[in-house]
Amino acid sequence: MSIAARLDRDIVAVPTADRPTAPAVLRAAGLSKQFGGVTVLADVTLDILPGEIHAIIGENGAGKSTFMRLLSGYIEPTEGTLSIDGHDVRFAKPDHAQAAGIALVHQEILLADALTVTDNLFLGRELTRSGIVDDARMRKLAAAKLAELGCEISPTALVRDIPLADRQLVQIARALLDDHRVVIFDEPTAVLTGGEVERLLAIIFDLKARGVAVLYISHRLDEVQRLADKVTVLRDGKMVGTYPGHTLTQIDMARLMVGRELAALYPPKRAGKAGAPMLTVRNATVPGFAQDISFTVRRGEILGFAGMIGAGRTELFEGILGLRPATAAVELNGASIRIRSQREALDAGIGYLTEDRKGKGLLLQERLGPNLTLSALSRFHRGLVMKNSRETEALAKAVADYDIRVKSLAASAGQLSGGNQQKLLLAKVLLTDPSVVIIDEPTRGIDIANKAQIYLFIQDLVAQGKACVVISSEMQELVGLCDRIIVMREGRISGEVSGEEMTESNIALLATSERAQLAHGGSQ
Amino acid sequence: MTALSQSVPASGARQYRFSWADAGPFLALAALLALGFLVNPDFLSETNLANVITRSAYVAIIAVGATFVISSGGLDLSVGSMVAFIAGITIMFMNMMAPSLGVWAIPAGMAIAVVTGLLCGLANGLVVTVGRIEPFIATLGTMGIFRALITYMTNGGTIPIDRSLREAYRPVYFGTLAGIPIPILISAAVAALGAFVLYKTKYGRKCAAVGANEDVARYSGISVVSTRTIAYVIQGACVAIAAICYVPRLGAATPTTGQLWELQVITAVVIGGTALRGGKGRIWGTIAGAVILELIANLMVLSDFVSEYLVAAVQGVIIIIAMLVQRFSK
Repeated sequence: MSIAARLDRDIVAVPTADRPTAPAVLRAAGLSKQFGGVTVLADVTLDILPGEIHAIIGENGAGKSTFMRLLSGYIEPTEGTLSIDGHDVRFAKPDHAQAAGIALVHQEILLADALTVTDNLFLGRELTRSGIVDDARMRKLAAAKLAELGCEISPTALVRDIPLADRQLVQIARALLDDHRVVIFDEPTAVLTGGEVERLLAIIFDLKARGVAVLYISHRLDEVQRLADKVTVLRDGKMVGTYPGHTLTQIDMARLMVGRELAALYPPKRAGKAGAPMLTVRNATVPGFAQDISFTVRRGEILGFAGMIGAGRTELFEGILGLRPATAAVELNGASIRIRSQREALDAGIGYLTEDRKGKGLLLQERLGPNLTLSALSRFHRGLVMKNSRETEALAKAVADYDIRVKSLAASAGQLSGGNQQKLLLAKVLLTDPSVVIIDEPTRGIDIANKAQIYLFIQDLVAQGKACVVISSEMQELVGLCDRIIVMREGRISGEVSGEEMTESNIALLATSERAQLAHGGSQ
Repeated sequence: MTALSQSVPASGARQYRFSWADAGPFLALAALLALGFLVNPDFLSETNLANVITRSAYVAIIAVGATFVISSGGLDLSVGSMVAFIAGITIMFMNMMAPSLGVWAIPAGMAIAVVTGLLCGLANGLVVTVGRIEPFIATLGTMGIFRALITYMTNGGTIPIDRSLREAYRPVYFGTLAGIPIPILISAAVAALGAFVLYKTKYGRKCAAVGANEDVARYSGISVVSTRTIAYVIQGACVAIAAICYVPRLGAATPTTGQLWELQVITAVVIGGTALRGGKGRIWGTIAGAVILELIANLMVLSDFVSEYLVAAVQGVIIIIAMLVQRFSK
């Protein structure tokens, strides 16, 4: 049966909110939200049942985060009601939702770096004994909560000393410290990889087993498929429907989100079209992050770099490109070059898109034009004077070429959605006309339509005879996009896969275990 | 797809709207002039205004440099001491050269002032960028050093300029060109040059980028070290120009020359609309800020409402109001 036919059958056969057996712990009825006359969420009705994992999916701007903020008291609905156990409630602020038993695990990590794990868990609700902060008891409770989550962080460690993935766990522990009846996860796995994701999913299944209602918002459809008992799809602020989780494939979900037939996510590969070696790196060592790494990327080739967070991929390339101390022998088109700064890398023709587009890629307060030209300022002045007209032309061209959706060319970069920021960043780096483009996490936190476009742009780059390196924590993305994938583990190359061997399970194996026995294609 | 364009916040249109924060310093200036006229019609007389603006020229010139330093994410507390130090060096060299060069000792001394200023700025810049020391601490250190050096050079007293040079040098402060006092012309020229560099050149873009987000600048191939260092060097040059204008006014350098000017300079920059955390520089706002400070002092002297001993308090209130306007106009 074709996907479309099966999907249609499911949509017809399974009515929304099908089993009114258990009473809803949290019910949203006709929930709407308008901002200044613009409706961002219209008439959403949803029952959240105890012991159920309910996923909310949708593209960026579909209203997911608005919905979540309504449920957790950050904003109030324009119309509609929320009820808990059948009683209408109003949340004027997040504290009210908390008190009603609704916890939110934020997407961004909001912790005080200089405080200990325990201090962070109890921040703002410290336990006291006769007015004095009771550190011993808080430490004990923190240790118990962390153990319950199966994580081995010391309660006395400073947050700034623990890895990103552990910080996410601390944040989850903070949300779960009190017993909540509804826990909302907003893109909890955005910064996690492989084993860390598994750990989180185990925590979520455990919550479910204890009768907690879980609301799960994610871009990662594979996780949604594994977790969700129900999936609610939002599109353009409206509810498309609620479906039983197990009946939807990832392609079904993507189709429902986009609301039209989805072309293949990944463009066809240009198999076997790789040319002469373009960038060769030998014995690259970044102290503390990567040891003795050698690789070559060829003209017209997309080379992937896979690995867990902390495997040293980003640090390796930042080292090679002069952004952090490192030693490496670098050859570009057969000629040996020295790169001591990002400027020298750009001048040599190597462009790098950082994984941290908000923190290191774009000036969020600045207008689009100055952002676009920042790496290539020399092309935009005559004599001493900046040519603003040339910059405006370049921006108009970039907006058209990379399909950057923007209301006004005078907007600031921070006003763009994540996907459009990413396209602007790509345009900015390509404005320097690099022959080798290194892209770190090309699609982190962006919606599926923008993802597909970015994959097309990357495929386009190599079709033009450039060479491309893609670093990604999404194995599916690497398999779909790359001609060859190098896997790193704890700062070293643990293997390379291509052709038939290039499967998610092989990559996961190489990324996690000492000596991996690779399975050949088809085993997945 | 509509979902995408909807995700752009509705505040996009704000770009074209009138910005109170940007216009603020000029509106405040206009309001002060109107108020001054009501209090005492002499306030708007040509002589009084020329006097006030001339007096504000030093702070204005130094504040143009400070606009670069602050918008690149730095701070310079040493400018007041640096004025005194450069004035002292300048007078010493002029006096030394006067017997052999005659009045030509003046331009030669000016050249030495500029070189000294550039070197002082370079020292500040290198301590901050290469030495990676917080600008506040680094320039607090050099502030003490420059102040001690001028005290040492004057032996606690004054260094007067040689009598043979006094007449020839006077016009730099007291002279006029086409009826406009020379210090006003110099500060206008410095401001115009500063505005050109900050708004129209590659360096200006780099300066704002480094101040807005050091990481983004670095990842965009901009050298944070050289961009920041150059900002301090520009600051040094501005301080030297201010010192050159200052020397003929009193004809001497003393250990108290330029005392607390750093505070006036920072106040002028901040009430001019430059963000203290960096990334946004407003040269003309800075000039307006410097004039506002001097106007307030003048107004308080001309009126009887408030004791002129409270000038610093009123200036303090103004800087707090300016920061509040910046905060709440977002």
